[in-house]
Amino acid sequence: MTDTPLYTDPPENTDSKPFYDAASEGRFLTRKCRECGELHWYPRPHCPFCGGATDWVELSGEGTLYSYSVSRRAQPPYAIAYVTLAEGPVMLTNMVDCDFDKLAIGQPVRLAFKPTVANRLVPCFTPTGG
Amino acid sequence: MGSSDCYIVGAYEHPTRKAPDKSVPQLHAEVAIGALSDAGLTLGDVDGYFCSGDAVGLGPLSMADYLNLKPRYLDSTDIGGATYLAQIGHAKRAIAEGRCDVALITLAGRPRSEGQATGTAFRPGNPNQADSGWEAPFGPVTANMYAICAMRHMYEFGTTSEQLAWIKVAASHHAQHNPNALLRDVVTVEDVVNSPLVADPLHRLDCCVITDGGGALVLARPEIARSLNRPLVRVAGTGEAFKGQSGGKVDLTYSAAAFAGPPAFEEAGVTPADIRYASIYDSFTITVLMQLEDLGFCKKGEGGRFVADGNLISGTGRLPFNTDGGGLCNNHPMNRGGMTKAIEAVRQLRGEAAPEVQVKNCDLALASGIGSLLGSRHGAATVILARE
Repeated sequence: MTDTPLYTDPPENTDSKPFYDAASEGRFLTRKCRECGELHWYPRPHCPFCGGATDWVELSGEGTLYSYSVSRRAQPPYAIAYVTLAEGPVMLTNMVDCDFDKLAIGQPVRLAFKPTVANRLVPCFTPTGG
Repeated sequence: MGSSDCYIVGAYEHPTRKAPDKSVPQLHAEVAIGALSDAGLTLGDVDGYFCSGDAVGLGPLSMADYLNLKPRYLDSTDIGGATYLAQIGHAKRAIAEGRCDVALITLAGRPRSEGQATGTAFRPGNPNQADSGWEAPFGPVTANMYAICAMRHMYEFGTTSEQLAWIKVAASHHAQHNPNALLRDVVTVEDVVNSPLVADPLHRLDCCVITDGGGALVLARPEIARSLNRPLVRVAGTGEAFKGQSGGKVDLTYSAAAFAGPPAFEEAGVTPADIRYASIYDSFTITVLMQLEDLGFCKKGEGGRFVADGNLISGTGRLPFNTDGGGLCNNHPMNRGGMTKAIEAVRQLRGEAAPEVQVKNCDLALASGIGSLLGSRHGAATVILARE
């Protein structure tokens, strides 16, 4: 188990500010295309699949671990990861609040917001039930 | 041969691996003059100039001025370490269109002298960079963004750390014959897998070196190439490509080399089985394994078995690779390995590689590169070169 230090602040722009505002209220969002109906990650105002306009939608925060790597020489070490969200898109994140030596591709994971230096929240994940 | 032919007439790798007493522009100039001298040309002959982000300034402007060039064609593409291989294709097309006659490509830098922690340093975010606001806090750095692909490859295909280690072992067998190589000691599979983990599953010896220096290439149209007293190395085929996160449809099992390779093979009219020597960008061992699969040297998922048991060692293996020792042992100037990949391929085709690693009758070579982060977004370029 490694304590997670405060995260560096995400460099926000008008694409991302609504996401982090919602995160501050505990809501985890991405965007969905009005035209083709697809969700994507990371969220953008125009659909990366068809160019249609997109709207914010709330995600469940459930997913599975697609891949990961523990940066062993960092102080403290951290685990970069790709998580496949239950709704489909795969997102880059960190695995937190867990024994890095027990991480396993395919294991179920759940959203765990973690605070930044300026007290924003970034979407990390932790193994479910473990 | 056709009217669109183009030849690499000059190639030069700076012998330094640490240059605290030289400026970056000076290193660019030294490799430029080195490659032009190799070709029997001078700076005054250059009318096309190609460089990338390592040449600091607005695009190519500062370096073109420093070298006092008078280019009528400029290119400052930046797809990381694959850039210089992509620029071979760009130069070929510029020459074919008559936009320049003699193209100079330079790369130089001194990350070793400047103490860069290339593979593990956090990158500061920029709100105007598309992905930065979504990723910067999570610490995607060079080592872990290649390691995350290796982890998935092991999961999908059963690839092992020992198989990856063979790539470093083969590079070290070659580096022992290169007096300029940073690391000349032959290592074993055990040495690699017992070295400390940097980013699981990659160990320290799965990672390339950090070096100062650089390299340059000179390309020319056929009439000029034939007037020079150098072996003729023709640019037979080129390709370049990009792969990103595809809007969240992430698949880490392949690289953009899967898209860069086919057009290069098609243009050259050859297949992977025809290649006698391959320079494969080896920022990490996994980078090599994935490119070999994606270029068609073996089937997807079989890269681990393909690289094992010395199959990449010149003289004994089926596919001699990186006979200079590559980025894993020899040189990785300015953290951009595409240039040295092209240079060693030229040496092999000319018969100028170290005698112990020279491939016999080497008439067809490939150079492949990956630029930036394999696990998130990267460029790739493939070049096929033929000796005439």
